[in-house]
Amino acid sequence: MTEAAAISISDLHKRFADIEVLKGISLEAHQGDVVSILGSSGSGKSTLLRCINLLETPTSGDISVYGEALKLAKNRHGEMEPLDQKQINRVRSSLAMVFQSFNLWSHMTILENIIEAPVHVLKKPKAEATEHAMELLQKVGITDKADAYPGMLSGGQQQRVAIARALAMEPKAMLFDEPTSALDPELVNEVLQVMRQLADEGRTMIVVTHEMGFAREVSDQVIFLHQGRIEEQGPPRDVFENPSSERFKQFLSSGL
Amino acid sequence: MIDLSLIEQYGDRFLDGTLITLKLVLIASILGLLIALPLALARSSRHRRYWMPAYAYIYFFRGTPLLIQLFIIYYGLGQFPAITESFLWPVLSNAEYCGLIGLTLNTAAYTAEILRGGIRAVPRGEVEAAKAYGMSWWMAQHRIVLPRAIRIAWPAYGNEVVLLLKGSALVSTIAVWDLMGEARSVFSRTYALEVFVYAAVVYFLLTFTLTRVFSQIEKRINRYLVSY
Repeated sequence: MTEAAAISISDLHKRFADIEVLKGISLEAHQGDVVSILGSSGSGKSTLLRCINLLETPTSGDISVYGEALKLAKNRHGEMEPLDQKQINRVRSSLAMVFQSFNLWSHMTILENIIEAPVHVLKKPKAEATEHAMELLQKVGITDKADAYPGMLSGGQQQRVAIARALAMEPKAMLFDEPTSALDPELVNEVLQVMRQLADEGRTMIVVTHEMGFAREVSDQVIFLHQGRIEEQGPPRDVFENPSSERFKQFLSSGL
Repeated sequence: MIDLSLIEQYGDRFLDGTLITLKLVLIASILGLLIALPLALARSSRHRRYWMPAYAYIYFFRGTPLLIQLFIIYYGLGQFPAITESFLWPVLSNAEYCGLIGLTLNTAAYTAEILRGGIRAVPRGEVEAAKAYGMSWWMAQHRIVLPRAIRIAWPAYGNEVVLLLKGSALVSTIAVWDLMGEARSVFSRTYALEVFVYAAVVYFLLTFTLTRVFSQIEKRINRYLVSY
């Protein structure tokens, strides 16, 4: 037995009222893997990603992060609920998330956004967090904006700041929820470039995306979701060159 | 019409009254805000055991006249031996403290409702980001939700403090010597209507200053809002 998978999901179901959005998903991502999750809207791909850090609570199934199972139990209304909120908070802080709409804290400056969680959640000294933040801003190509507010930046810049905010947590894995979908087309590349760089560094990334180029060139594993089930799964070469599922063929040919 | 001798003779009393009014409004607005913060959080809760009591409190104080609340506190509490014999009586038998308590409890209710609006207006995604970065509920409220909610609610809150300032004139009915109390007392001696005009001018100047202070603070705390 090799070391535990970075993220392991087994038989995950998620139901919103009458609609079952995820119908039994199992997957494993290993340390250093980039996993791209594809699918049309409504396929459940964002919900799947949001289950990993429990922004959505699954209806059933197991999730482990670096071998540690997230403790969930049914409450008296029959809904799953975290048993140990401290565990969830700790795991969340090790799985930094990048959102489609950036979700930077708009009343804080760029620098404050980046050091907020390291200082208050991870209890890092402020000076150290600030120094690290300035390095990360450099890395994502945002210079002399540290004192600006998010509203003063373009979407692409905001998303790169959001990536710096994620990196500041020194996360064990990163979750990307359609990070380029809210961007103007000419801004998509600056964000993808940063993400490619992260993949090259060997970071563990789970990426929900519509960017076929990125999925094909950067990922180690591609997963195609359709109506809450995994329809196609494998290394990008196999999946893109030789798709076995009719739906994935359709998806690939539909105006990309 | 303008009789300056009135100011000569009673100027000190106007000044004393103004100071009492300022003191009452300042303390009531600060204490009111401190009570309003947990009240607004409770009111925004999904859990019945939190929002119900907050809801009841807010609706009682918003649904009844401040004048009646002041009367109940000032005249009503003395009817209970449990209170007159308790250690609180030295405080509760003092009209000024009763006025302060009434104003505080009343403004807390309004401020809580204003803050609740602010809390609801905090973008969901920013709260979600707080969760996703491992913040506990308390930390998320304290670091993200409330600071943002206060900024959003600030103009409305400024308005509430102005209303509190003018509402504070009612404490003159329970024998507090605030600006209005002094004005009434001087009027009952002189029957000079200008007394009320003078009082009105002072209230106006206080309101004007307060509005300016609030908008200055608003400029500072709302720098993050970019107008395109």
